[in-house]
Amino acid sequence: MIDLLFEPFGYNYMTKAIWVSALVGAVCAFLSCYLILKGWALMGDALAHSVVPGVALAYMLALPYAIGAFAAGFVAALGITGLRRITRLREDAVIGLVFTTLFAVGLLIVSINPTSVNVQSIILGNILAISDEDVTQVVIIAAASLAILGFRWKDLMLTFFDESHARTVGLDPWRMYIMFFVLLSACAVAALQTVGAVLVVAMVVTPGATAYLLTDRFGVMIWLAMTIGAVTSALGAYVSYFLDGATGGLIVVFQTLVFLAAFVFAPKHGRLAARRAGRKTAEATP
Amino acid sequence: MTGQVLDLASTVSPGRAAAPAQQRVSPSINVDRITVSYANGVPAIRDVSFTLGASTICALVGVNGSGKSTLFKTLMGFLTPLMGEVRIAGRPVDKALKRGLVAYVPQSEEVDWNFPVLVGDVVMMGRYGHMNFLRIPGKADRMAVDAALERVGMSEFRKSQIGELSGGQKKRVFLARALAQGSEIILLDEPFTGVDVKTESAIMDLLRSLRDDGRLMLVSTHNLGSIPDFCDQVVIINKTVLAYGPTETTFTEANLAEAFGGVLRHVHLGGAELHADADRRRVTVLTDDERPLVLYGERDHEKLVKPDRGETD
Ligand SMILES: Nc1ncnc2c1ncn2[C@@H]1O[C@H](COP(=O)(O)OP(=O)(O)OP(=O)(O)O)[C@@H](O)[C@H]1O
Ligand SMILES: [Mg+2]
Repeated sequence: MIDLLFEPFGYNYMTKAIWVSALVGAVCAFLSCYLILKGWALMGDALAHSVVPGVALAYMLALPYAIGAFAAGFVAALGITGLRRITRLREDAVIGLVFTTLFAVGLLIVSINPTSVNVQSIILGNILAISDEDVTQVVIIAAASLAILGFRWKDLMLTFFDESHARTVGLDPWRMYIMFFVLLSACAVAALQTVGAVLVVAMVVTPGATAYLLTDRFGVMIWLAMTIGAVTSALGAYVSYFLDGATGGLIVVFQTLVFLAAFVFAPKHGRLAARRAGRKTAEATP
Repeated sequence: MTGQVLDLASTVSPGRAAAPAQQRVSPSINVDRITVSYANGVPAIRDVSFTLGASTICALVGVNGSGKSTLFKTLMGFLTPLMGEVRIAGRPVDKALKRGLVAYVPQSEEVDWNFPVLVGDVVMMGRYGHMNFLRIPGKADRMAVDAALERVGMSEFRKSQIGELSGGQKKRVFLARALAQGSEIILLDEPFTGVDVKTESAIMDLLRSLRDDGRLMLVSTHNLGSIPDFCDQVVIINKTVLAYGPTETTFTEANLAEAFGGVLRHVHLGGAELHADADRRRVTVLTDDERPLVLYGERDHEKLVKPDRGETD
């Protein structure tokens, strides 16, 4: 029995999949804290889908796929924020417009060049078969993002909370947003490998949403989200060994389970706590 | 609680007390013939000019859509004038902001009250400009936050999430942040909306004490009645500056009538109706929002009636 539980660790590809997933899960979770507070959850989804043409092009030109993906993600982020600024369209419309366009272009490129890339692995992810080269790319992206976030998380928080005040302490909100979108595109690229383009949105939304229910302090929220992201991702990769199922699907299912638990049992903002508080006030005022 | 609020004005300003080494810059705002427009290209304000110096509380009044918030956004560098120039303490806007010379107290609608930050965290944000780039608070920062919270009477709420406060308490938290920041210039967009009379007069006391300390405050408000109470300068705008100068000479019925047109509730209790003698003096009540402005005297020579607190000068 115990032997069976440890079996995955006997395989190099499994241990690699587990820790790479955990790393990616943690970085995405960090970013999710910002995204959900700004009502930009769909932006993560948009970026992940927009990345597809970049990947396809990169394969066609024999460049590292991360470069193509990153460029496409950045174009999408700039396109979305730029259009938002100069038109009166709402955010969701702009996001929908930009990301479907890029996704369509991506599919088109792939269909014209059928051999150029395995679309399946971009859209659904394939962490168990990740190449060493891709591991290096993912680790570099994740480590760099974590380092930048570690240094600038407070400035980003300030910008997201109160742009005007951010200006008065000498920050440039526009620059901070660009930095954030660069990080987000980079992490969307990293997450492609683990959960695939379709499920990246869960990685950059669910952990933050869960942590939000558990605390009233942003710093604590980040730690909680990262823990949730890392643990569920590692667990998803681990369990996929036994179920022989899609890693991405498992990771997201685990994240949702944690979210549901928090939704019901969270000490202050959970449903049970709310009901308890309600009952208490009802008793106090007969 | 309120008793505590009412003597806010007595202590020294916390932001600066904590950073005595910082050299004081003499505050000023110099707006020179600016025209500002949004993306649609239509100018929201045209040819606006005024100058404000140290030890001033200036009211910014005008109808909805007259450009008050636009002016604030320009002073905060969110909008760049198409024409003209803004200088803050003799510097371009960006430079002044970089040096932390300006603090901003936002309108309640601008703040995301669901953001997971505690009252203490928000006030600490006022200190970011004083910290190194990792933003790790030192002893001076913590002291400034304590003092600022104490001064607005919000110490006991330090650990509350900001959304759990009442409207007036929320205002005081952001005021405390501006205090902790210790800036020479403070911009306040509608600080009195949703605030009860006691808190309102506490805030006015606080602003007066900051003025006595040499600072410059620009306050947009619809609360015309309280302006003579605490503002020594007034800028009246409607797309452009209609009048500006000392409250006594600028804040007149004629100017206000021009600015507000039919918008203002305007009640005359005229000479003959009011008394059966030849006394031609009359009472005029102008009101845009909660507190009415009361003028009394002969037509065109009406004087401001300052409600109970006459000692603004
Ligand atoms: N984002 C925007 N895009 C285009 N026009 C705008 C925008 N914001 C404001 N305006 C226009 O600029 C003018 C000035 O608006 P502003 O918000 O400065 O008024 P205000 O004096 O602050 O009004 P209020 O008393 O309602 O707060 C208005 O005519 C308004 O229609
Ligand atoms: Mg306004």
